[in-house]
Amino acid sequence: MRSVRRVALYGVLALAAVTFIYPFLWMASSTLKPPSEVGSLSLFPGHITLDNYRKMWERAPFGRALLNSAFVATTITAAVLVLGSMTAYAMARLRFRGRPLLNAATLAVLMVPGQLTLIPLYTVMVKLGWIDTYAALIVPYVFNATAVLMLRQFFLQIPQSLVDSGRMDGMGELRILFTIFWPLAKPALAIVAIFTFMGSWNEVLWPLLVVRDQRLMTLPQLLTVFALGGGAGSIGVSLASAMVLVVPVVVAYAFLQRYFIESMAGAGIKG
Amino acid sequence: MRAEAVEERSGWLLAVPYAGFLLAFAAYPILFALVLVVLQWDLVTAPTFAGLDNVILLSHDARFWQAVANTFVFLAIHVPLQVVTALALALALNRPLAFRGFWRASFFLPVVISGAVVAILWNSLYATDVGLINQLLARVGVAPVPWLTDPRTAMPAIAIMVTWKNVGFYVIIYLAGLQYIPRSCQEAIELEGASDWQRFRYLTLPLLLPQTILVVTLSTINGFQLFIEPYVMTGGGPLRRTYSIVLYLYTNAFSYQKMGYAATIGVALALIIGAVVVLQRRVIGTAEAA
Repeated sequence: MRSVRRVALYGVLALAAVTFIYPFLWMASSTLKPPSEVGSLSLFPGHITLDNYRKMWERAPFGRALLNSAFVATTITAAVLVLGSMTAYAMARLRFRGRPLLNAATLAVLMVPGQLTLIPLYTVMVKLGWIDTYAALIVPYVFNATAVLMLRQFFLQIPQSLVDSGRMDGMGELRILFTIFWPLAKPALAIVAIFTFMGSWNEVLWPLLVVRDQRLMTLPQLLTVFALGGGAGSIGVSLASAMVLVVPVVVAYAFLQRYFIESMAGAGIKG
Repeated sequence: MRAEAVEERSGWLLAVPYAGFLLAFAAYPILFALVLVVLQWDLVTAPTFAGLDNVILLSHDARFWQAVANTFVFLAIHVPLQVVTALALALALNRPLAFRGFWRASFFLPVVISGAVVAILWNSLYATDVGLINQLLARVGVAPVPWLTDPRTAMPAIAIMVTWKNVGFYVIIYLAGLQYIPRSCQEAIELEGASDWQRFRYLTLPLLLPQTILVVTLSTINGFQLFIEPYVMTGGGPLRRTYSIVLYLYTNAFSYQKMGYAATIGVALALIIGAVVVLQRRVIGTAEAA
């Protein structure tokens, strides 16, 4: 009876795992198949061809989009880490007037659904002349309220004696932050870095609004436009373009899955 | 005294960029959203005052209300399905298992993949003639289903896909909750001779109520943001049955250049989200008390 139930449990888990993994494997293998084979369930192409990738690469600037996405996501992540920890340090360790207000404002911002500010923000971008610039993709994301709250929470746990001894040695607040707090806060910084980078890497709605120039499009946006505009022409080519976005993520996920799960699940709960 | 003044100054210097950012990119847009409600603006000519025109138009815009109805259809399928699947998988994972990390990682995999990719991928999985799903159904003798082109199945198909994409995220929430159920409680109820079902119904499920509320709330808020899936897979069709509120907002802003009206839709959506979340919490709270 017990062993029957164990077998059933593993059966259910295996079925679930296949449901989640198989579509991605099928996607990867379909991009290597000629059009005549795309409909087949098999994961092993009869004839391996790179045609889909060649066509995808010729028809739209995917290399450029990959660089755009990497540049935008990296810049935003660096800004959120550096600027966010400066803010979090002030909010956790320094007494100044306005601190309670800033705290309350941060919590309030997290309650506001993004759709409310989407159009006003878009009009701000238009008025600033930022449509079709990297600034529109980056500047609205250089601070992140969730990141500020998480880092603040972490900084609150660092003993005051470390701050005091730093000050006695004549260190400024920034030096205390980056030479004493940062090394201690590595786990928190990693968590913030992952969800910030992934959020930016996967974002589509905002780029669709503020960028029309193909050369400035991020990967998910170009992918969407490419698939919708009929540029892809076939399922194989369309899926091949999706692979450019997926492969780096899956490789990173394979090595850092624990951090990914902790980071993305944690951010969602707090956001 | 001097040290305090120094601290005050450093605090200000470090916090000012963030305060400025909040003013420019959070406070101002929120206020401006409310201003836009009474404006007509195509971004090219100067905005004109429109009074309550946008609100009146919205109140009997059949397309908007259809989008609202569509989004509720989506939520009615997605939210319960999300709770049940996430809870079931979390319960399965919460036992002594071999390869636990692997199972967990595989359930979470779609969460890290962009919604745009998932939509493109499932577009081909749902394809009527060559799609994977219809091929599997054909093996058990089911005729091909036109998933995304039949008005009756399109939205349920999208709801199932979104549930599949996000379930790993909610499994983690339930797993965290399951860790807090004390062993002693489980042992006590087992000694009382409770069946598995009774143990689940009278111990696990009530103790997981906070997680269930969280899953319901988050999947509802998330569900209201439905955009990229219908945008990529159906364009809002067939017969506008998958037109979501955000897709309608996007169309008004991007295709029709109606900033005032699009912002009005945004404000309405925020109000609807707030009302639904409050209502859900009340209903779940009362059900618990009963």
